[in-house]
Amino acid sequence: MTAEGIIFWLVAAALLASSLAVVLTPNLFHAVLYLAAALVATAGVFLLLDSPFLFAVQLLLYAGGVVTVAVFAIMLTERLVGERITQTNRWVANGAIVSAAVLAGVLGFVVRSGQRAATVAPGGSVDRTPDVARALTGPFVLPFELLGVLLVAALLGALYFARAQD
Amino acid sequence: MSSPGLHAYLVLAALVFAIGLFGVLTRRNAIGILLGIELMLNAVNINLAAFARFHNDLAGVIFTLFIISITVAEVGVGLAIVIAIFRVRRTVEADHLNLLRG
Repeated sequence: MTAEGIIFWLVAAALLASSLAVVLTPNLFHAVLYLAAALVATAGVFLLLDSPFLFAVQLLLYAGGVVTVAVFAIMLTERLVGERITQTNRWVANGAIVSAAVLAGVLGFVVRSGQRAATVAPGGSVDRTPDVARALTGPFVLPFELLGVLLVAALLGALYFARAQD
Repeated sequence: MSSPGLHAYLVLAALVFAIGLFGVLTRRNAIGILLGIELMLNAVNINLAAFARFHNDLAGVIFTLFIISITVAEVGVGLAIVIAIFRVRRTVEADHLNLLRG
């Protein structure tokens, strides 16, 4: 087994374990911390996929931004952090069945798709960050600008919803 | 076993997606549901990054960037709504939010 393979299995194990902890731990605050671990593991997967720019974005926006905001929201809404008795609703078995069915369906597609495109295309450069920049300012410039509009709208909306009442 | 191919990443992403879906379906706290949605979006990002790498197509990376940015906006608005609901109802349990029930 190559070094890349060993690192992949380690990162995959960390990602799956922390993901399971996110949905299974009874304490919501711990769940957010496990989510941070899962997001960092996902950043490791991006690094394995030769995408250092995605790695940086994932760490900055997800592990830095989303987790911080989620921690704030929990502190603002949970009165008894760590003392909640049950965090799951009545339909745990149904949720497990539906999730397993979706997983089986997706895995069925993956297995049936065969190995026809599972090789690295030759000639790919390792660091594609300059190409990403060229694509964002070239063919994808209109969605890129729309993304800016969306972020401004979301920021104003969040301010409006969470503002102090009078 | 050699270095992981496309299928290894796809299976990993499918597992994470299923775990996140389980969280969305079974959490009763609205913030917990949002955490499950984050997991599902992460799984999709892994898929897109893997396709971009193994097909040597940059569009997957661009899509992943857009998804990450939109997710950040979604989390900001979603948590603001959660806080607003908490101000009115003093709870964020999804089972108790039946304001529109006739």
